Amino acid sequence: MKLQRVAAVARKEFIHVFRDPRSLGMGIAIPMLLLFLFGYALTLDVDRVPLMVWDQSATPESRDFISRFAGSRYFTLAGRVGTYREIEIAIDRRDVLMALVIPTDFARKLRTGAQAPVQLILDGSDSNTATIALGYAEAATSAWSRDVILEQSRRFGPVPAAGIVDVRPRVWFNTDMVSRNYIFPGLIAVIMMVIAALLTSLTVAREWETGTMEQLITTPLRGAELIAGKLIPYFAIGILDLVLSVLVGDFFFDIPLRGSLWLLFAMSLIFLTCALAFGLLISIVTKNQRLASQIAMVTTMLPAFLLSGFIFPIENMPPPIQAVTHIITARYFVTILRDIYLKGVGLGVLAPEAAFLAVFGVVVLALAVKKFRKKVE
Amino acid sequence: MDAITTDNLTKRFGNLTAVDGLTLSVAPGELFGLVGSDGAGKTTTMRMLTGIMDPTEGSARVMGRHTVREAEPLKEEIGYMSQRFGLYPDLTVLENLHFYADIYGLPRRGRDEKIGLLLSFSNLTPFGKRLAGNLSGGMKQKLGLACALIHTPKVLFLDEPTNGVDPVSRRDFWRILYQLLREGVTVFVATAYLDEADRCNRVGLIHRGKLLACDTPDNLRGLMDGTILEVRTPDPRRAALLLRERLEGESVGIFGDRLHVVTRDAEETGRAIKAIMEGAGVTVQSIRPVEPSLEDVLVSVLSGEATR
Repeated sequence: MKLQRVAAVARKEFIHVFRDPRSLGMGIAIPMLLLFLFGYALTLDVDRVPLMVWDQSATPESRDFISRFAGSRYFTLAGRVGTYREIEIAIDRRDVLMALVIPTDFARKLRTGAQAPVQLILDGSDSNTATIALGYAEAATSAWSRDVILEQSRRFGPVPAAGIVDVRPRVWFNTDMVSRNYIFPGLIAVIMMVIAALLTSLTVAREWETGTMEQLITTPLRGAELIAGKLIPYFAIGILDLVLSVLVGDFFFDIPLRGSLWLLFAMSLIFLTCALAFGLLISIVTKNQRLASQIAMVTTMLPAFLLSGFIFPIENMPPPIQAVTHIITARYFVTILRDIYLKGVGLGVLAPEAAFLAVFGVVVLALAVKKFRKKVE
Repeated sequence: MDAITTDNLTKRFGNLTAVDGLTLSVAPGELFGLVGSDGAGKTTTMRMLTGIMDPTEGSARVMGRHTVREAEPLKEEIGYMSQRFGLYPDLTVLENLHFYADIYGLPRRGRDEKIGLLLSFSNLTPFGKRLAGNLSGGMKQKLGLACALIHTPKVLFLDEPTNGVDPVSRRDFWRILYQLLREGVTVFVATAYLDEADRCNRVGLIHRGKLLACDTPDNLRGLMDGTILEVRTPDPRRAALLLRERLEGESVGIFGDRLHVVTRDAEETGRAIKAIMEGAGVTVQSIRPVEPSLEDVLVSVLSGEATR
């Protein structure tokens, strides 16, 4: 490997990138756009569930029960109605997600110590949101019931012999359980994977298509020198994207970074090598820009979104698909970034992931060098 | 030692034989022209000689280096200009030159002088900062040549270098080639232009992958059977149709505004032509024997090949 030749290729690639607004846009503007778009739009949190109430009881007890919902940040009271028909219309129009029906005998039953059933109607068409909303409703109900029991036992007699189990949850790491904190680190991984592979997938193919490669392969330039030189500018773009992403996370989305920034960068370098080398390998094998970018899209974008655990938890996938996720590089980087961002763990914990990425990177690079032939077919 | 030798060099793509048993040699310092029409196998030959395509059969050596086994050391010694413009259109003239200087490992010292020399040599000095993509066709070819010469190669391969280049730039280009010959560089040029072939020391005529003849332009002219009669007439197209129909066994070709008729007996045929054309009412301005051009030779050799 001659450094002079690697530097020459790198310099020329930098010029290509800087003189082509499209590739500069693809390398920097698109990642930032995705980051903001997903950062703002993609939230799995369910709060302020619109709730409709039909209070048939109209007693101090029922009002107190309703206020428990209305006063919570998880619900907003969207209105009061007097018929099932109105509830149906409101749910059809998506004005509300949930309706609470309190029967006439609610207060009477409570006062006699009997079970007081209430009805909860849910729009199950978005099952995920409905499940979460149901959980909130159950929690609110049981908390209110407990208060009622304690109140009554204090008023009417001795405190019950058996205590009531009282769970005091304490959330570690993502203390506020904001889903954005969880999504954002994964988002960085997905964006870097897609952009890195997509950018490099074009570079070698473009030279074959425009005819500059035929000139280049009659020179003493070696395959490894060409590959190293072509990686350098895209490495720089990848690092720039990473710095911008970390800054955006800090300033716009208040994503806490608990772990070491240096570890984050070191891991990103390993991952970038994998992603860039993978794109380059595609470019070398296909020799065709359109085919290369399509293959890069399908083999990086889809797995990075669907199989990396970025949105859909890997634990919930069927076992064969779980097995497949083990060869998805983005999976490891999503885990690494989340652990560094949210848990602040060190290299000791992340060593297996880092080792896998390093091995993958070396293998792909070696393949790229081997597959690059200085011959016209 | 010869600069280039090929032995039964053959390249097949499936059923198509692009180059068929090519055997030739080029002496050091020679200007060799490989002449043939499009699809004759010129580019394939070039690619095999420069080590970027492996032959199906046979072998070739350039400066003593085997083009397959020693392809990499070979590349240090040669310069190549592909038929398609092979430089970066989004890099300036100087950036392209510096890029290739780095690739060939030219030391910093003396590099600016070398680049300055190449630029002035190819009249590109005022365009150093222009993007290569914005150069005219002729300037692009001269820049390609300059890049191929940056490392002072011993053998230069040029694949149709003046294709689509205006006449003035073409003359410039050949002036540069002669200059290189004086410096002892071996030049192997593929061309479809026969007037350019006439400027070479030796010419190989290639057709459908086969080398039909290989000699100096003068000796190639000697290959002609018979003499050429040049017929001038205001209506060469009609005259050609007429003569092709009536003259038995002679080949008639149109060369611009005149006809070339190849014949063994100039006097007899001359009289016959006059009689035929006047009989049909076509004016004859003149009929005279002329020196055969390479084009006549190619037409004659090819028609011989076709009837054989």
